[in-house]
Amino acid sequence: MTALLEFWSAHAAELWSLVERHLFLVIVSTGVAVLLGVPAGVLAVRRPRFGRPLLALANTAQTIPSLALFGFLLPLPFVGGVGPRTALVALTLYALLPVIRTTVAGLKSLDRAVLEAGVAMGMTPRQLLWMVELPLALPSIVAGIRVAAVIGVGTATIAAAIGAGGLGEYIFRGLSMVDSTMILAGAIPAAALALLVDGLLAGLERALKTGRGLRPAALAAAAIVVALIAVLAMSARSGPETAIRVGSKNFTEQILLGELLALALESEGLPVARKLNLGGTFICDRALRAGDIDVYVEYTGTAVSAIFHETVPRDPAVAVRLARERYAAQGLTLFEPLGFNNSFAILVRADDARRFALRSIDDLARVAPGWRAGFGYEFLQRADGYPGLVQAYGLHFGRPPAAMDVSLIYKALADRRVDVIAGDATSALIDALDLKALEDTRRYFPPYDAVPVARTAVVLERPGLRRALQRLAGRISAADMRAMNRAVDIDREDARVVARRYLAGD
Amino acid sequence: MATVVSFNAVSFGYRGGAPILSDFNLEVVAGEVLVLVGRSGAGKSTILKLVNRLLLPSAGVVTVEGRDTCEWDGIRLRRHIGYVLQEVGLFPHMTVAANVGLVPKLERWPVDRRRERTHQLLDLVGLPASRYATRRPEELSGGERQRVGVARALAIDPPMLLMDEPFGALDPLTRHELRVEFTRIQQALGTTVILVTHDMAEALTLAHRIGVLDDGALIVCDTPRRVRASQDPRVRRLLDTLVTIPDEAVAP
Repeated sequence: MTALLEFWSAHAAELWSLVERHLFLVIVSTGVAVLLGVPAGVLAVRRPRFGRPLLALANTAQTIPSLALFGFLLPLPFVGGVGPRTALVALTLYALLPVIRTTVAGLKSLDRAVLEAGVAMGMTPRQLLWMVELPLALPSIVAGIRVAAVIGVGTATIAAAIGAGGLGEYIFRGLSMVDSTMILAGAIPAAALALLVDGLLAGLERALKTGRGLRPAALAAAAIVVALIAVLAMSARSGPETAIRVGSKNFTEQILLGELLALALESEGLPVARKLNLGGTFICDRALRAGDIDVYVEYTGTAVSAIFHETVPRDPAVAVRLARERYAAQGLTLFEPLGFNNSFAILVRADDARRFALRSIDDLARVAPGWRAGFGYEFLQRADGYPGLVQAYGLHFGRPPAAMDVSLIYKALADRRVDVIAGDATSALIDALDLKALEDTRRYFPPYDAVPVARTAVVLERPGLRRALQRLAGRISAADMRAMNRAVDIDREDARVVARRYLAGD
Repeated sequence: MATVVSFNAVSFGYRGGAPILSDFNLEVVAGEVLVLVGRSGAGKSTILKLVNRLLLPSAGVVTVEGRDTCEWDGIRLRRHIGYVLQEVGLFPHMTVAANVGLVPKLERWPVDRRRERTHQLLDLVGLPASRYATRRPEELSGGERQRVGVARALAIDPPMLLMDEPFGALDPLTRHELRVEFTRIQQALGTTVILVTHDMAEALTLAHRIGVLDDGALIVCDTPRRVRASQDPRVRRLLDTLVTIPDEAVAP
């Protein structure tokens, strides 16, 4: 608890900006959903022929898991891309269904005699809608807005995975660092925000239902929303347009590498926008191709197999050349490797290794039938991941492997929820959690040299970019990387501080 | 006397359904109270809806003030004719004053004139504006609501009022009170009224003329006294409901 309070007071400015961004995402997406959803609901009631497919569509959008929807929207033009735009589109889609549905329900539940009286008194259809139908359906519509906004507060935390910001940033950062304080630092304000939004809208709903104090309540709500939007619109302005946007995947080493790139670029006098902690390989690659980021650090083995779907050469130099050719053909430039090879490591608990005399992955075959493996989603999917591994070593696990987020698997292994995992060879947690890496005697895992990749157009435009990256080439050893990972993951230091110290001492 | 509403060989039926009215003829003269009586489903409400163009005839012609309703602008026509329903249909989100002042508002009367008229009407129907203007429909009794409904229908002083079982849902005492009020107001304003009911007693007490409807046709249309003397079995059936309860039928 004290740790949490200390964290908040130390990061007060950042926390406030994340809260602001979070509210911005929720208010704008809910607002757009109301502007689209209420007319859609009216149309659905007036013209059931349009209404039914419309509702079906909104229903379908609701069933798509949020991460999948974010991933799906990323590569699309206009609506996609890394950052708040994609998140706003996705959040709006989620908010639509409750708004449309309650609008329809509200309009359909109206007393027929009241409507008949309106028509018989000579109201035009438009007058009937604005003076009778919508006011009477308003409590129901507000109930829908309330549901939409509360869902929005929750879903917006996931938007951090695609660089949209918000309180999810602490949650994802905390997950990747196995830091429960940081997770709570994001999760608790998000929950509080959800309760606050729910309470405010519930009050409005009550005021509307009783019809008492309607004017003041509506005015107060409108004033709050307008004030928030004004504040948010000012703070939502992003960095300068000409900044070089540095991306990274969503784990500590990648965030450190992103900071190293950013600092190196800044020392060349280039303005930099950090878009770190974006998600997995696919999201970073799509963001790079879509022009949402200009540079990030990829690993040769990952590039060749996961992005270009080719077999990774065992020779590291050949792998770099192959990846460079493939990238070049697509308008992307692969620079020189940074120096270390972050291959996969098959990890077990050190006490298990001693007890079962496990030294290499070959030894694992003896115990595999009784063991449970846990792997990240990417490792399970990729041909050079789990499927190839069990084939190469003839492993037979008694149970199918547990799929979990990469940020959770070390902890899961240490907590004995799984018995063997695939992790990063440079992870600081190997020592910290008393794990042991099994030797890859059959050289199953290909080389994973860390190497920056950038958009060629930007490389040509900004000569400083090349100079900065050349300064980093071949300079970061595996030991350096483990030490930096350790400083962030175990000693809880700030990634930017660690990166700056490393560059200063280098 | 001038004919205000006329039905000439009017037929009406919903698409695919049995005809509700066939070859129906009726004339309503200015200033009279015409009460249409018949059992449920006899087509009474349909006749009212044909007058204010909520419905159009399948065949024949309905005229209001000499003009075919097909030629009337529906919105204009409806603002020209007051309408009172059994369920009243007050707007629950508006105050009593706002309900009464609604049609003047639609007609873009200035606020002052609207307020003045609203107060005048509330006084007319026996609900002092000082006590009732800011109340909401849910705070009123059934009888009070019906009075507001009448005031609302009279708001822009329409020459004609359509009333669809306006006193049906009230307790007998309130009903009696309102009938007396109704007669007073009608005589004061001289409004033409078409009122439909299934209650022969109501027809006999309120009407200048009574039209008896059976199966979509008008079988009698005459003064209350002559209708009461009618020997037509269909009329007698309705009149029989009036018979006072003999002493021996009263439960001990």
